[in-house]
Amino acid sequence: MLMSFVSDYTRYVLKGGTKFYAWMGTLSLFIVGMLYVFYLQNTDGLIVTGMTSQIHDGLYLANLVFLVGVAAGAVTIVFPAYVYHHEGMHKVTVLGEMLAISAVIMVMVFVFAHMGRPDRLWHMIPVIGIYSFSSMLGWDVLVLNGYLVLNFVVGFYFLYAKYTGKPVNQKIFMPLVYVSIVWALSIHTVTAFLIAVNPARPMWFHSMMPIRFITTAFAAGPALIVIAFLIIRKNTTMWIEDSAIKLLTTIVIWCLGIAIFLTMSEIVIEFYARTEHANGLYYLMFGLHGLTGLVPWFWSSVVLMVGAFVLFMIPAFRNDMTRLPIPCAMAFVGIWIEKGMGLIVPGFIPSPIGEVTEYYPTFVEWLMTLGIWAFGFFILTILLKGAIGILLGEIKFGVSPAVAAK
Amino acid sequence: MLSVSSLMGTATLMAQPGDAKAAVEWAEHFQKNYRLMTPEEKTEARVRLEKRYSEEYGKKVAVDTSDATPGMLMGYALNIRKCIGCRRCVKACVEENNQSRGTRPGERIEWIQVLRMERGEFSDEKMNHGYPEGLGIQVGGNAYSPAGQVLEGQYHYEPQAVPEKDATYMPIACMQCEKPPCVKVCPVRTTYREPDGPVVIDYNWCIGCKMCMGACPYWARRFNLTTPVLPKEDMNPATHYLGNRPRMRGVVEKCHWCLQRTRHGRYPACVEVCPVGARKFGNLLDPESEVSMVLARKNVFRLKTELNTFPKFFYFYD
Repeated sequence: MLMSFVSDYTRYVLKGGTKFYAWMGTLSLFIVGMLYVFYLQNTDGLIVTGMTSQIHDGLYLANLVFLVGVAAGAVTIVFPAYVYHHEGMHKVTVLGEMLAISAVIMVMVFVFAHMGRPDRLWHMIPVIGIYSFSSMLGWDVLVLNGYLVLNFVVGFYFLYAKYTGKPVNQKIFMPLVYVSIVWALSIHTVTAFLIAVNPARPMWFHSMMPIRFITTAFAAGPALIVIAFLIIRKNTTMWIEDSAIKLLTTIVIWCLGIAIFLTMSEIVIEFYARTEHANGLYYLMFGLHGLTGLVPWFWSSVVLMVGAFVLFMIPAFRNDMTRLPIPCAMAFVGIWIEKGMGLIVPGFIPSPIGEVTEYYPTFVEWLMTLGIWAFGFFILTILLKGAIGILLGEIKFGVSPAVAAK
Repeated sequence: MLSVSSLMGTATLMAQPGDAKAAVEWAEHFQKNYRLMTPEEKTEARVRLEKRYSEEYGKKVAVDTSDATPGMLMGYALNIRKCIGCRRCVKACVEENNQSRGTRPGERIEWIQVLRMERGEFSDEKMNHGYPEGLGIQVGGNAYSPAGQVLEGQYHYEPQAVPEKDATYMPIACMQCEKPPCVKVCPVRTTYREPDGPVVIDYNWCIGCKMCMGACPYWARRFNLTTPVLPKEDMNPATHYLGNRPRMRGVVEKCHWCLQRTRHGRYPACVEVCPVGARKFGNLLDPESEVSMVLARKNVFRLKTELNTFPKFFYFYD
């Protein structure tokens, strides 16, 4: 039965119209580009990137941190569905899990991209290498892998049950769901710890980081899910209920509001006394020593986030399913900047010995980043297509997919 | 006891006697972390590296694997009153420790930074030059001159002669902390404190995640963005496994107090070269050593003590 599941699933997701193949083909082009720059990075070295000994992480770590948030954001579907038994959410929970799987895979590829020696990654694996419990990076890798496995098991067990027509075994399924809810919080908390535990970097060294990560994650994650749901509604026969989209929108609004509040609190606290520890933030907002590389990034993120929040407040936008993607996209991009370039890079500026220097991502880094996002969307498209096929009953045990498609 | 790595290494070496470099590099991929190697495995790793380096640099290269001597705890003291900012220590360090010396940005690595501090921060004309801050509060004098904040590369001052009239100098390098934040964050424990004090790196075990660089409050660590540029004729063939042996692309490196010298009773290169005798090095456990005498008699301080890193690098003044 498992074999036929695999074969039916594979055959279903590989078949599609011109639009589908064009989309996947475009993504593949970027993936090829990514592979090429990955080869460059591992022959010439990271010198092909804009990273230096002063600013030794940039676009890659920024995307990594952001995508951990997107992965954790999937819990905004799982939690209402299973804890509050929300009807509309319950039907589409598995789609959130598919998003989490894709996001975690993207995170892992970004880990590969930012490393100097990805060929030695096995040094981290217990028994054959050394696993260090004192290292936050070690914990991060552990919780991310755990989250990937959990979502894979929960998501595909559910789909498999749907496929065979048998009910899921609640005694196994529900505990896994509850664990995955808590685990989602853990992945983003540990990622916040990863950068916040460095007193050498005053910009990052504050205990607000984990909650800020969680709120921005629960704004950016569901914002992306809302957009994905609206695309699914438009392009497939799958119908996602308004109630689900409205609840997600509410979550985005609340979390976005808290995120903006936290940013404002940080600015007041850092700038009231204006110690040297505020230099990173000052560089981000206004520039330092005449270097202003991140200033446009910061202010565009402020405009996007506050603008999105205001638009969400307007019922004409919030309730209109054709206009809703606008504030969602704005929030998503705004948080991508705030949590990525706007958080990682100023942590290095000025350096611990007071050197003010700037970081400019190179073409290699942009191509790698685009390629990894394309890779993520490639996987996401396949996973969503398969999941929707099963939810609609187009992939079903004993029914030939060709027949069902008619 | 024969380990898998040694068997694989031997097998590859026997299979391809011609291409020592490729075979040795292949075997290096499977070796253990240096800290956990048995004495036999250390010898094998040493032989392997000596073979590769000798071939690569066209001279007899020795890779020392001598361990810490019990009763030794290395310490360093620097007299900031004496430093004239000549940066001979930087040059000696680069030459002794086989640092990369290319021309592209990122190919030039220096472990010692000599920070140049302007005396002008407290000059007469600035002394009473205040300004009103927001909400009508007057900020007086030079209270708001951001001391010690410069653009990248400004530490590479190039004056006609040193010391300059209006500058003081503050050399920094790895502080060899007793509670090193870099060691705590390393996910593969490739960087660790040796029993005689220095914090070292097994370059063959480093995965290049750069977490240690983010954790270091003294900016002591450098990343090999590309294969280090080390001309054959300039390569120093007296190396230590945990010290100055040539590094590879994608790993982190830093000062290790010239283990290849200090494990054999010599001074680090920077101490030896300093023309004014500002640098002192010795055994902190020996009350008669120079550095112990400095600690006992001089005014001593350490950098960023509030971070509880407990550096073994002390500054003093007469």
